[in-house]
Amino acid sequence: MAGAVASQPLLRVQDVAVRFGGIVALDGVSFDVMPGHIVGLIGPNGAGKTTLFNCVSRLYECERGDIGFDGSSLLAVPRHRIAALGIGRTFQNLALFRTMSVLDNVMVGRHCRTSGGFFANALRLPFAIRSDREAREYAHALLTLLGLESVAATRVSELPFGTQKRVELARALASQPKLLLLDEPASGLNHEEVGKLGALIRGLREKLRLTVLLVEHHMNLVMSISDWVVALNFGRRIAQGASAEVREHPELVKAYLGTA
Amino acid sequence: MSRTNVILLAVLLTAACALPFIVSNYRTFQFTLVLVYAIALLGLNILTGYNGQISLGHGAFYALGAYCAAILMDKMGAPYWVTIPAAGAVCLVAGFLFGLPALRLEGLYLALATFALGVATPQLLKYHHLEKWTGGVQGIVIAKPEAPFGLPVNADQWLYFFTLAVTLGMFLLAWNLLRGRIGRALMAIRDHHLAAESMGVHNALYKSLAFGVSALYTGVAGALGAIAVQFVAPDSFNIFLSIMLLVGIVVGGLASISGALYGALFIQFVPNIADEISKAAPWAIFGIFMIGFVYLMPTGVAGAVRLLLARRRSHEI
Repeated sequence: MAGAVASQPLLRVQDVAVRFGGIVALDGVSFDVMPGHIVGLIGPNGAGKTTLFNCVSRLYECERGDIGFDGSSLLAVPRHRIAALGIGRTFQNLALFRTMSVLDNVMVGRHCRTSGGFFANALRLPFAIRSDREAREYAHALLTLLGLESVAATRVSELPFGTQKRVELARALASQPKLLLLDEPASGLNHEEVGKLGALIRGLREKLRLTVLLVEHHMNLVMSISDWVVALNFGRRIAQGASAEVREHPELVKAYLGTA
Repeated sequence: MSRTNVILLAVLLTAACALPFIVSNYRTFQFTLVLVYAIALLGLNILTGYNGQISLGHGAFYALGAYCAAILMDKMGAPYWVTIPAAGAVCLVAGFLFGLPALRLEGLYLALATFALGVATPQLLKYHHLEKWTGGVQGIVIAKPEAPFGLPVNADQWLYFFTLAVTLGMFLLAWNLLRGRIGRALMAIRDHHLAAESMGVHNALYKSLAFGVSALYTGVAGALGAIAVQFVAPDSFNIFLSIMLLVGIVVGGLASISGALYGALFIQFVPNIADEISKAAPWAIFGIFMIGFVYLMPTGVAGAVRLLLARRRSHEI
């Protein structure tokens, strides 16, 4: 995949600042995500990792700075257009459509790649039927890829936590994103599942030609799969580099272990 | 659709067609109203059951549809069947426009805003500058349509069949809408609105359109109801109607298409049954029925039927 790396970053975070009341959540954070890379975003609780994710998906407004994706700024793009641009995401504390089936959840994930509004659907116009069938086939293919085919018709809320996390991953992939944002994909998973997750993320990156930005507390996972690691603390970037360099970085050691 | 469902539907349709030849004209009229309520409940269910927006004021859209029909027929001499799409179109626009400011409100706050709409409606209809059109407190009396083409049915039977045809059409459209891309998006907004938006659903547009479509259904029901009752007056559309519609979708089954029919049977017949049981306190009896239904069938009648069918199916296997 080294040959696939282009010179232009896919995601460019520049001097982003976010404030909630008097609390500074992000204070001038900058970093780039190169296409084809897996980038790990690490830092202690409250460092601003999820806030940054929410800025990229436009759930939060930036007070300062800019976020560029594929060469143009995201800050003027409305929330519901983000998925169509090619940014998919999962959520820290699962944000599934709980009363709906696994298949329907994944099909909603494909909303931005399908067509047919109220009128076309009420009349079942041929293009709406075709679009629906295509979405169903794509969703089934993803369920097979992620080993979820056997629970396709099951209501999401009836599934164990680990399976729900995979459903969220499938839902995020359904929009065929260029950039996948994973917010703590390993949280709540057992040791064995975490091992598999690393291989899964790498596999998906190759297979679907993804760029991945992940927030994760599980250091072994981040360090083993990331091409690049960005460390935040108190809303500032304290280190970035290849995983081996960042792991030894004194600022990071201090942030996690306190001053020795 | 499964084979059992197709058979059930066919039996139901045959029974529905035979009904007006078996029961009295008065009963036929009552069943016409059941169909009218079923359309209204389906409309409210699209909004509340499927999209999660609560409305305590849908009686307003029912009234708007009813007055559209009455004014078109009485003041403009329009044929009765023209008033159905006209009422639908007017209510679609009205519902959409009401849905826009309602976007800012959620849950109980939206309930209050729609409640305001519901309580204000009878008084707005009495407004004296509109009296020329609305007939003020007196309301408007309209003529009952006769069967066309010399069909051998009386006016009550004809209106029943006309309403049945409209009901089938409206149910089919709703079924199409709700089982596809739009239905999934509406339910996604209800279950997790931020996640829905992150998946590319234009929440503001879809919620407003859901309001519009919901009002369209309720308005069509209002127009049909006005023609069936042959009369509209402000006090037929008080807040009690709005509450009854909400009762109907909860008892019938939230987010269920067939639930609209069960709910309609409930709100049409249970008050009558309650009245026969006790002339002194019919609403107390009605209350007991209502509590009994939600206690025994917490997911509505439709949920209970679904459970029953699933159990039967698992026995067969």
